[in-house]
Amino acid sequence: MWLYEKKLQYPVKVSTCNPMLAKFLVEQYGGADGELAAALRYLNQRYTIPDKVIGLLTDIGTEEFAHLEMIATMIYKLTKDATPEQMKQAGLDAHYANHDSALFYHNAAGVPWTASYIAAKGDPIADLYEDIAAEEKARATYQWIINMSDDPDLNDGLRYLREREIIHSQRFREAVEILKDEQGKKRIF
Amino acid sequence: MSTHRRVWYPYASPFDPCPPITAKTYSTPPNLFLGFQPPNLEQFTPMQALRTGTLWKVFYDPWYSPYEAPRDGDHI
Amino acid sequence: MKQLPQEFYATMEQLQAVDFVLVELTLYLDTHPDDYEAINQFNQFAKERKRLKKVIESTYGPLQQYGNSYSGYPWNWNDGPWPWQL
Ligand SMILES: [Fe+2]
Repeated sequence: MWLYEKKLQYPVKVSTCNPMLAKFLVEQYGGADGELAAALRYLNQRYTIPDKVIGLLTDIGTEEFAHLEMIATMIYKLTKDATPEQMKQAGLDAHYANHDSALFYHNAAGVPWTASYIAAKGDPIADLYEDIAAEEKARATYQWIINMSDDPDLNDGLRYLREREIIHSQRFREAVEILKDEQGKKRIF
Repeated sequence: MSTHRRVWYPYASPFDPCPPITAKTYSTPPNLFLGFQPPNLEQFTPMQALRTGTLWKVFYDPWYSPYEAPRDGDHI
Repeated sequence: MKQLPQEFYATMEQLQAVDFVLVELTLYLDTHPDDYEAINQFNQFAKERKRLKKVIESTYGPLQQYGNSYSGYPWNWNDGPWPWQL
């Protein structure tokens, strides 16, 4: 089972009421390489992957939910108390018409989240390479969002999340090495 | 600039409508180079680790927007 | 809704820092199960997080539920502010 902890993984801060940034940021909420897709991808793959890497998929998948909550916090803060007029000016008129300021799992272009964003081939190497690629794509997405954002506090949190993708990619690369090792051979440092 | 950026020079046609960006950069983060992480690598303090997003210094490779001014403490 | 004292934010950040070290060591140990020193460090930090959890819960209320924290009276799990509201 999972346990919720009433605590963000990182102290998220947002300095300006800027719904426009929320419009971009939702890419990491309900987009193809976003945090929801990441969490569901890894937690789904772990049922059919060799035992040696189940722990890693479980733990990274769980951390992705913490990141999802950070993104949600950023979007919540960026749009909280924004007037319909401000939402309109930020290009969130279509979102507002359907959702008010409710969060929704869609990408920056408004396309709803779909399970076809996540692959599960059942082949350990194919799945781990998929995961490595997903981490690099998420890292790149954070770069493009940071490039468009002038909110220094928000960018702090986004930089943190981007750095996490680097670490996750590193661990998935190590998982590939573990599976490449001959059975029973002990790893020597 | 961090050593984890690479640069390339796209072809610029005299007929390109936008002013050409002559040099483009991309990120090549540390995870591409380290291989299997060796033990006992140098660590950040817990508070620095939280701020940077990595416990081990070797992985630290922050990304800044060209439009944001770096602040004190941004570069550890 | 209750306003939290300024110290709360600093203590919360300490817990976030300690927990972050634990997340990092967890992922590292998932691929390096034989690193004795890293396991020692992990266990030390696990102890420290227990201590900080108690400190935080004394002002903020339970961090976890389903019985992983004690409850005050009346039931205080639902007391805000929640993490995204802070
Ligand atoms: Fe990730």
